[in-house]
Amino acid sequence: MNRIKQKLQEDKKILSIYFTAGYPQLNDTVKIIQDLEKNGVDLIEIGLPFSDPLADGPTIQESSTIALKNGMHTELLFEQLKDIRETVSIPLIIMGYFNPVFQYGVEAFCQKCQEIGIDGLILPDLPLDVYQEEYEPIFKKYGLINVFLITPQTSEARVRAIDKASDGFIYMVSSASTTGAKSGFGAEQTQYFNRIASMELNNPQIVGFGISNSETFDQATKNTKGAIIGSAFIKHLTQNGVEQIGDFVNQIR
Amino acid sequence: MTYHADERGYYGEFGGAYIPEMLYPNCEELRQNYLRIMAEPSFQEEFHQLLKDYVGRPTPLYFAKRLSEKYNTKIYLKREDLCHTGAHKVNNTIGQILMAKKLGKNRIIAETGAGQHGVATATVCALMGIKCVVYMGEIDIARQAPNVARMKMLGAEVRPALSGSRTLKDATNEAIRDWINNPVDTHYIIGSVVGPHPYPDMVARFQSVISEEVKSQLQEKEGRENPDYVVACVGGGSNAAGAFYHYLDEPEVGIIAVEAAGKGIHSGESAATSALGKVGIIHGSKTLLMQTADGQITEPYSISAGLDYPGVGPLHAHLYVSGRGEFISITDDEAMKAGLGLCELEGIIPAIESSHALAIFEDRKFKEEDIVVVNLSGRGDKDLQNYIDYFNL
Ligand SMILES: Cc1ncc(COP(=O)(O)O)c(C=O)c1O
Repeated sequence: MNRIKQKLQEDKKILSIYFTAGYPQLNDTVKIIQDLEKNGVDLIEIGLPFSDPLADGPTIQESSTIALKNGMHTELLFEQLKDIRETVSIPLIIMGYFNPVFQYGVEAFCQKCQEIGIDGLILPDLPLDVYQEEYEPIFKKYGLINVFLITPQTSEARVRAIDKASDGFIYMVSSASTTGAKSGFGAEQTQYFNRIASMELNNPQIVGFGISNSETFDQATKNTKGAIIGSAFIKHLTQNGVEQIGDFVNQIR
Repeated sequence: MTYHADERGYYGEFGGAYIPEMLYPNCEELRQNYLRIMAEPSFQEEFHQLLKDYVGRPTPLYFAKRLSEKYNTKIYLKREDLCHTGAHKVNNTIGQILMAKKLGKNRIIAETGAGQHGVATATVCALMGIKCVVYMGEIDIARQAPNVARMKMLGAEVRPALSGSRTLKDATNEAIRDWINNPVDTHYIIGSVVGPHPYPDMVARFQSVISEEVKSQLQEKEGRENPDYVVACVGGGSNAAGAFYHYLDEPEVGIIAVEAAGKGIHSGESAATSALGKVGIIHGSKTLLMQTADGQITEPYSISAGLDYPGVGPLHAHLYVSGRGEFISITDDEAMKAGLGLCELEGIIPAIESSHALAIFEDRKFKEEDIVVVNLSGRGDKDLQNYIDYFNL
C-alpha cells in the first residue's frame, strides 16, 4: 500500500513539513529529510524549486531563488534522493510547479519518482481537468498519489469533484492567500474548517498555509487530519541552518 | 478550421488555464460571464462610445506614401499611436474596466513592463473612480520614470515587484499573487493576450476593433477589405492579435508577426520567443516560452521594454507552429534605424515596439502592388530617452 494511505490510517494528527530542495545549501536535502523523520514528522513535502512560483509568498520565493542559484535542478534532486529509502520510511511527496515536470516529461518524472520511492505529487498549477484528461493513468501506473488543493472560495460542487478525483488526502488551503502571507486563524477559518468537516468527504483533509507554531497547528487539526508547515520551517532554516531541526519540530507538538 | 480560441481557451495545443486552485473561482467567474457580458447591448454601447469619444477611435488608416516609395510596395499604417495614452493598450483596458464593473469588482490590479499598460489601466480607473494598484518590476520602475509619474498622477499606486529578475514577468507574478490574496473584490486587468483562459480570447476580442476598422477603411480606400499582408510586433501579442483578428480565417491575407531579436537571436540577449522558446507553462497558459532545459523561465532582453517578455500568447504560438503566421525577428539596431526612418520619411515618431514591425521592409520584399498594413501600435514619446541615448541626440 502507498505509504501516504498507510500513514493516514494511523490514529493521530499528521504533521507535514515542506522545505525547498537545495536550500539553504545545495546538498542539505537528505539531512533535512532524515532529521525531520528522526524528530517525529509524519510526512515530508520536498519542494522542487521553480523560477516563478506564483502561489508562493516571499519566504518560499526567496528559498527557491537561492536553491536555483545553488545549482538545484530536477535530475540532481533525483540523484540526491536515489538512496533515500535505505534510511527513511515516512511518506515523501514532491511539490513543485508543473513546467519543470512537463519539461522532464511527465511519464519519465513519474517513473523516476517510483524508482526512488516517492509516494505522491503536489503540482498546484496542474488543474483537475487536465490531470484527469491527460495524466491520471500515468500517475496511477507509477503508484503516485496526486494531491489537489481546495480553498475557502472553492464551491461545494467542486470540493465534491476534487474529493472524487482524490485518492489520499485533500490539501486544504487555510485562507485565500499565497504561502506565508498570513499567520494565525480567525473565526472565518474556523467556520471554513467546520464547513468542510461537515461535508464528510471520502478523503481526509490536511491544512496548509498560515501554520507556524503549536497553537496554529492545534487549531488547524481540531477538525482535520493534519497540518502542513512550510514558510515557518524555511525561516527556521534561514536562521539556524540544518543543525537544529529537532528544536523546530518539537515546539510544534 | 479556425484560428480562434475554442470553448476551453485552446488554440490548437496552446492555451488553457494552468492555474492553482486559489485562482480557479476568479477565472471561472470570468470565463462563465465574459462572452455574455460582452454581448449585452448596454456593454457594447458604452464600450464603443468610450472608444469613440475618449480614446479617439476610429484611428486613421494612413497611406504612407514616402515609405511606400522607398520600399516599392503599398504600405498603410494603422495609427494606434494616436489613441489616448499613446498606444493600443487602452482598447483593452476600456473593455476590461467595463467588464470589472459588470462583475461588481471595486479594485483593479495590473502588471506593467514599460508602463504603457500601467498608464492605460490607471487612466480607465481614474475615469471610473476605481482603486488601482499597478505592479512593476523594480528595475523597470527605475528605467521608465516618466510612466511611473503618469500612473501616480492618475491616482494609481505603483508597487515594485522585488522578486526574481524584477521585470515584467515578475510584475505579472506579483499581480497574480495579489489576485490570490484578494479573490473577491478585485479584477486583474492583464495587459496582453497572455495568462489563463479566458484572458487571451477576451483581450483579443477587445483589441479586434483594430482589424474591424482596417476592413472598412481599406474598403473605402482600395475597394477591398483584405490587404495582402498585416504586420504587427509581438511582445505578449495583443496589438498583433487585434490587427490579425478578423483576418485569421482569411487565408489570402498573409500574417506577419515581428519579434524582438534584441542583440541577435543567438546572442543570449533576445526576446524572440518563437525562435528560442519551447512549449511550456507560463502565467497559467500553455504556450511557447524561453526556458532552460530544466523548465526554469529565463530572462529575455530587448531594447523595447514592451517586447521584453519570455513568452508569447497562445494564439501566436499556434500561428507559429501551424505555419499560418510568418515570424520575423528584428534586432535592436534594425528597429532603432527603422524608427528614425519613419520620423524622417513620414513625420511620425513610433514606439520602439512598433519600430520592430517597420523594420521588416529592409529584408522582406513585397510586390509593388501588394497592400501591406502595418499596425503602428504606439507612439515614441515614452521612448525619447532611449532614442536620445541611442542616437546621441
Ligand atoms: C506601443 C506598444 N506596442 C507593443 C507592445 C507589446 O505588447 P503586445 O504584444 O501585447 O501588443 C507594447 C507593450 O507595452 C507597447 O507599449
